[in-house]
Amino acid sequence: MSEQNSPPPPLLNRRRLLALGAATAGTLAGLSPRLVGAQTKLTVTEGTIRPVPIALPDFVTGSGVPDPGLGRNITQIIASNLRRSGLFTPIDQKAYVEQITDINRQPRFNDWKSIGADALVTGRLDRQGNGNVAAQFRLWDVVGGGHLHAQQTSTSPDNYRRLAHIISDQIYQRLTGEMGYFDTRIVFIDESGARNQRTKRLAIMDQDGANVRYLTRGDDLVLTPRFSPSTQEITYMSYGQGQPRVFLLNIETGQREVVGNFPGMTFAPRFSHDGQRVILSLQQGGNSNIFVMDLRSRTTTKLTDTAAIDTAPSYSPDGGRICFESDRGGRQQIYVMGGNGGPANRISFGEGSYSTPVWSPRGDYIAFTKQGGGRFAIGIMKPDGSGERILTDGFHNEGPTWAPNGRVLMFFRDPGGNAGPQLFTVDVTGRNEQRIPTPSFGSDPAWSPLLR
Amino acid sequence: MLSGVLSFRSTRFACLLVAALSIAACARNPEETASLANASAATPGSQQDFVVNVGDRVWFQVDSAELTQQSIATLEKQAQWLRAYPQYSFTVEGHADERGTREYNIALGARRAQAVRDYLASRGVQAHRMRTISYGKERPVAVCNDISCWSQNRRSVTVLNASS
Repeated sequence: MSEQNSPPPPLLNRRRLLALGAATAGTLAGLSPRLVGAQTKLTVTEGTIRPVPIALPDFVTGSGVPDPGLGRNITQIIASNLRRSGLFTPIDQKAYVEQITDINRQPRFNDWKSIGADALVTGRLDRQGNGNVAAQFRLWDVVGGGHLHAQQTSTSPDNYRRLAHIISDQIYQRLTGEMGYFDTRIVFIDESGARNQRTKRLAIMDQDGANVRYLTRGDDLVLTPRFSPSTQEITYMSYGQGQPRVFLLNIETGQREVVGNFPGMTFAPRFSHDGQRVILSLQQGGNSNIFVMDLRSRTTTKLTDTAAIDTAPSYSPDGGRICFESDRGGRQQIYVMGGNGGPANRISFGEGSYSTPVWSPRGDYIAFTKQGGGRFAIGIMKPDGSGERILTDGFHNEGPTWAPNGRVLMFFRDPGGNAGPQLFTVDVTGRNEQRIPTPSFGSDPAWSPLLR
Repeated sequence: MLSGVLSFRSTRFACLLVAALSIAACARNPEETASLANASAATPGSQQDFVVNVGDRVWFQVDSAELTQQSIATLEKQAQWLRAYPQYSFTVEGHADERGTREYNIALGARRAQAVRDYLASRGVQAHRMRTISYGKERPVAVCNDISCWSQNRRSVTVLNASS
């Protein structure tokens, strides 16, 4: 995979920025400074997001490209990524007036304006000498009549979906000011069979549900896989060899090892943001405490010491703090302590119980599962416990995981009974919820960092 | 046992007890129903004897690992039987219902298994014969979306090892 970036041209014109501001600034706290500056005159109205209308004609496919349908495939993957984000509305290709044949010539902006497009993406695929496919694309500001961005990326032809995801990330980033999250993968638990004898397999797929691959065969019960933020490793719990334990798995080499030499069941693992430590729970008798293991020195440190169930720990991005759940005060609630343990402060005070806290990779929110009144909700709050917001609520929603840009969450929803769980995403406004397809039932999703 | 019912304030628990007493009616598994019907046929000291005539499981209240009067009565019988047949080693499985999050339920199941283990040990069952494991909410016995199933799933099961 190689990339060449053009120098950053100016952002979209003010009118477009205003619309994007409405899409993000109205409800999000950590907006990029450029957008905040640009939308000072905007009166943000409560209510609906106005997605940006964007035109995506099929990429021009050069004659050397083995599959003449590749241009169309790539365009469709980009369109579906952008649509799923909730911030863009791809315009139906049937409405297009101008046919793009040369991406280096300026498009007829009036033709694209007339169909309501605010932005236009054009692209071209060519075969390179080494057999790879190179994609060039250009992003145009239709309303302002200007060129915003150009990039070239190349890959082997069977890896074309990644080209589409990388281009999607560039478009998303250029138009929203936020990092993209499309060139990422999800590790999750594939579930099959009746509820009372489920087979659970570790599986991995692209963030849009494509390219599913199984990492275990289903002989052993496996739970709660989590991605390393910096390496191609996951950590998960397996009932493999008698005692249930936390394992590390390198997804490229297939190498597997037990994490630490703990005198009891270990569970609820998660990496630190630098990928150098695994934090987890150790069960001893009726008592669960939080430990951390340094993966380089192999030393383990006990971080909590109570008679309560302390579990589901998650580091802040700088490693300076840890959020976790504990029933030390009665029901499960979220607490925050220092990165080396010590005193913990309860931060969840709403009605009901709170569990599975996960610190956003941006540090601005902690996502959680909230239980009350026979319902399970997914929500977010600031690390001091303020600003709680429920994003989705129902019979059973559980286990949020953050996209690397900290603006989208994935979780699982289980209708109960003999049916099974499925994966969904929701953005931090709670307005845009999407189901992510899986071959069978799916649970315990964990989002990878950006692949690059 | 009925006096036990009267002492429970929670209507939830009353449902649990009803479910426990009428487990044959609730069982989704035909074999289970059949084995309960053949209760008296089990050979003394056999695994079937333990399951059918002693009772291999006890149930818990929501988010709790406390042993109820009914559980203690069952565990008393288990301890007697296990002392009488010392050739068996066994595993105490702790389980939770589906109405909790995964990690918490794993810890809760472990807490329940430990409570049973501690009770059996206090009644003279040797510690080296026992091991515990938690399955959290991963192995429900009853599948439906109401209390009649959840109350059966909040359990600890004493599983005898095949032939010790």
